[in-house]
Parts: sequence; structure tokens; C-alpha cells
Amino acid sequence: MAGTQTTEDQGIIFVKNLEHAYGDAKAVEGISFTVKKGEIFSFLGPNGAGKSTAINVLITLLALQKGEAKVAGFDVTREAQQVRESIGIVFQEITLDRDMTVWEILEFHGKLYSMPHAERRARIEELLTLVQLEGKRDVRTKHLSGGMKRRLEIARGLMTRPKVLFLDEPTIGLDPQTRMRMWDYIKNVNKTGTTIFLTTHYMDEADQLSDRISIIDHGKIIITGTSWELKNTLGQDLVYLETSNNILAAEALRGLLSVKDITQKSKGVLVMINDDGTKVLPVIMETLRNAGITIATVNLKKPSMDDVFLHYTGKEIRDEPTGKTSILSLRPGGN
Amino acid sequence: MNLGFLNIYWRDMIRFVRFRTMLFSSLLQPALWLAFFGIAMSSSFDQLMAGVPVPPGVHAVGYLTFMAAGIIAMTTLFTSLFGGMIILFDKNWGLMREILASPMPRDHVIIGIGLSGMTKSFIQSLIIMVFGIAIGASFFVGYDPARIVLAVLGILLFVGVFSLGFLFLSAGIAISMETPEGMQGIMTLLTMPIFFASNALYPIDAFPEVLRVISTYNPMTLLINGIRYFAIGPDFIAMGVSYTYSVTAICLSFAGLLLFAVIMYLFARWRFEKAVVT
Repeated sequence: MAGTQTTEDQGIIFVKNLEHAYGDAKAVEGISFTVKKGEIFSFLGPNGAGKSTAINVLITLLALQKGEAKVAGFDVTREAQQVRESIGIVFQEITLDRDMTVWEILEFHGKLYSMPHAERRARIEELLTLVQLEGKRDVRTKHLSGGMKRRLEIARGLMTRPKVLFLDEPTIGLDPQTRMRMWDYIKNVNKTGTTIFLTTHYMDEADQLSDRISIIDHGKIIITGTSWELKNTLGQDLVYLETSNNILAAEALRGLLSVKDITQKSKGVLVMINDDGTKVLPVIMETLRNAGITIATVNLKKPSMDDVFLHYTGKEIRDEPTGKTSILSLRPGGN
Repeated sequence: MNLGFLNIYWRDMIRFVRFRTMLFSSLLQPALWLAFFGIAMSSSFDQLMAGVPVPPGVHAVGYLTFMAAGIIAMTTLFTSLFGGMIILFDKNWGLMREILASPMPRDHVIIGIGLSGMTKSFIQSLIIMVFGIAIGASFFVGYDPARIVLAVLGILLFVGVFSLGFLFLSAGIAISMETPEGMQGIMTLLTMPIFFASNALYPIDAFPEVLRVISTYNPMTLLINGIRYFAIGPDFIAMGVSYTYSVTAICLSFAGLLLFAVIMYLFARWRFEKAVVT
């Protein structure tokens, strides 16, 4: 097959200069990326960033307008049928028929993909065990909890043993505990060799779940890398200071060897440092004291995904459920 | 051979059986039409017609018998026109995406929904026949059991093709619509002329020329021709009007229904190919 050969060079998903517009409104403005076989790859971005549009083109629900896109080695336009046979999808909203039972949902899906009877039945049993829904086999989906529904949808997405599983905001609307368990399920699925492409607007989800992340905003990919690489672009540690004179403080610190960058915030300064913060912090405090600047507040931390996101997009995503706040975001209008 | 449509059929029948209110209302509604409208109208019409002499040797039937055939057609029309609505709900609830993103060809959705709607119409038609006969409609009078079976099969054949036509139309509209309200509006707009410009409740012979021509080629009239032919006979008088159906006329009616169903299928297929559901 021509398809499998190119998979080696181009990754399991290959996208080049993809553009998509709804009328005059551009949703995706020329994105390019590659997903490697076997990895968990995330699109991290706010609602309306173009994540779902990109996913809909990749899963062949939206026709490709401009650019190039291949999934599992197949062109999404010319070989849409083969793409469909190679992928599993979990949509953003719950898409389960309320009046069908757990077993029927999977049976229907297997038939939709023309799975032979014996294989279908065996696969259903396997997946019910995987997502721990064996006891719910004959329960109608309307009686399932949110987490169970999601697990059932993941099982459905895996029915046909897809090469790539697309997860569009897989844990949206779930409570923190259920979200963690969902991550475990997703990791387990990935371990069995399924490549996972997920979109999310949750920082922690992208951070903890993915091998690589693309930050996407306004239809463009801003930066791609592993969680560690992305955080490292902000330096090794972050120091936030509020002082008697922030402008002078910034000037005084700029000369220090381990300082990578300094950003002025409305009430303080944010110092990105290239060294171990616990060692640099005394030096910073000493320098400021020598310059006659008094320090009101100091905060030292590792850069988080929130910091990365804020740094590159200039905004934070508001409905983040974890309750953690970024020190970059302490100052509104920081950029 | 891809039998994906059977899967769609299976799912829609599950929903039909499980959605109790829909199940009972759809089974009860035609019986209520017959019971109230049928008995009320037939008692007054039959009184009016009592004075009209019937030529000897001619099979005269009462209004209830005449309109029971119309009620079968009407029920089939309503059920089929609204049968595609489920596609709109599937679309709005996101369920259609699972299907459209699968390798199954899209026309299987149309065929599956068509077959399940047809099954519902069969059930309803049988209920109306049984209930109609129970309250006094003279269907299959003088037929031996074998002929009754053949007549019932003939009726179901006409009902089946007719219902497929309107289910395809309904599916094609549903996949193109955004809201159930909009769909409801279009359906109401369609039902009126199709139902009333037909011979369901009254003869069309006395209609003004244009309306008469429309009514003659209305699929509804073609269906009712078939039902009356099989249920009452090729030759009878009802409401003072004599009805004679030749075998050729019945075959032409059936051909007309087939043509209608094929055109509607092509329409639905075209709408489904155009449809973008995300």
C-alpha cells in the first residue's frame, strides 16, 4: 500500500498549510504539524481557537479547503474512506443515543464499520472490561454518569482497533476525580499502541497526558514541543517580585548572568531565570538590596503550562478547573 | 454486500419500541380518526345518500368503508412525512456525526430510515384495517381467505412504496434543516395540499379542472386507488359516484408511486451528499 510507506516519513498524521474558513471567517489559518506513531499529541487552545475545525477536517466530516492532510498515510480528500476505516473518534459533546443500552451502542458501532459478527462480539467484551462497564451492559445510556458515558464513548472509539484515536475535549464537564481516571484510561489505550490526537483547553490535561503539545490560538499553531521543552522556553524557574521601584529593579537585575528575561507587570516584575531558582534567589535579593530597592513580595516557582500558555498567547483560559493560578496571571494586562 | 442499512433500521426500531409515548400515540391515532371522524361523517353522509337510488347489480359501499381507505393513506402520509424528523434530532444531538464519519455509505441512512418508517406504516395500516372492519367498514366482503391475504399484501405493497417516497422526502428535508420548528413548518405546509387535494375523504370528480388534475396525479390519490381496489373491489359506488378500476389503471397508479419514490430517493441522496454535519 502506498499509504503505509509514507506513514514512516510523515508520521501518522501529517498536516501542511491547512486552512479552513466558514464564509469570510477564518477558523484555521495555515497550520502544519506531524503526529508521530504511538504518541499522545495535544492541541491546546482556548475555545474558538480552531481545534475542532482542524479535527473535523482530519476525521473527514469537513471537506479540506486548502492545504494537505494525511491520516494513517491516507489523504483526507482522495482516500476519505480509508481514513474513516483507520480512525476512532470521541466527539466533544456526548453522542450516545439515550435509549440504547451500553451493549447496543457498541454493537451498532461495530456494525457501522462492518465488523464481522464474532470479532464484534469479542471486541465488545474486551472493551467493556477495559473501561470497566461490564456491569452496565444492559443499562440504557441515559442512566449512566458523565464519566461512564465518556468511558463508553472511548470504548466505542476503540471498537475497530483504530490506528489513531481522536479525542475532542475528552474530559470537558467532568469532575476532577473522574478526569484523572479518564487520563489513566487514555494512557492505557495509548500503551496498547494507539496513537492519540486530543484537543483540550485544560492546561493540566495537555501537560500531564501528552507527549507533545501544540499551542493553538486564532487558528494558528504558536509553538510545538514536549511539555518540558515548552516550559524550558520560559527558563528553568520564575521569580516574581513586588518592589519599591519595579523599573529600577528590572534594570538592576538585567545584568545578572542567570537572568533570561524580565517582564514588567503592573505591580511587579517577573524574572525568568536559566538556573536553579533556589540558588539565584539570594543573589537577586542581594542585588536589589545593594541598589537600595525594598522587596515587598517574592515568589519562586517552576514555569507551569499556564505560564507557557500565557506567555505565548497573552491570555489565560478562564474555566480551568484545578484552582491553580499562574503567577504570570497575577497581574492583569501583564503583556 | 454492505448491509449497513439493516443496522440503521435496527436502531430506529429500537427507538420506536422503547419510546413508549410515540409507540402508543402512533398506534392509537389512526384508530381515533376512524372512531370519531369516521363514525361522525359516515352517519351524516349515509343519511344524505340514503335517498339516492343504487342501480341494481352494483356494489354500493357506505362512507365509512370509503374513507377507511383514506385514513390508511392519511396515516401513512403523516407518519412518513414526520419519519425523517429523527434524522434532524440525530443531527442536532450530535448522533449523526458518528454515522457520517463512518465508512458506511450515506445512502444506507436513507434506506434504513425508509425501511423502518415503512414498517411503522405497515403496522398502522393493519391496525386500521382490523379496527375499521370491527366498527363496520366493509373491506374484503365476500373474499375467501386466500384472496384476503392477497388483497392485504396488495395494500401493503402500495402503502410501502408510498411511505418510502415520503420518508425519502422527509429525510432529505431533515438533513438540510437546522431546527425542528422549521421542519414542522415545511411539513405542515406539505400535508395540507397533499391530503386535501386527494380522494381520501371525498370524490375528486366534481373538483375544478386544475385541482382535479393535480388530485389525479397526487401520490396520495394513487395510493388510495390501490387500497380501494384491493379492499373494496374494482367496481363500486360510494357517495353517489361510481368507481371503476381496471387492472391497467391500478398498474399505472403503482408505477406512478414507484416513480415518485425513485425521484424522492434521488432527492434525499443529493441532500445527504451535500450535508455537512459537525
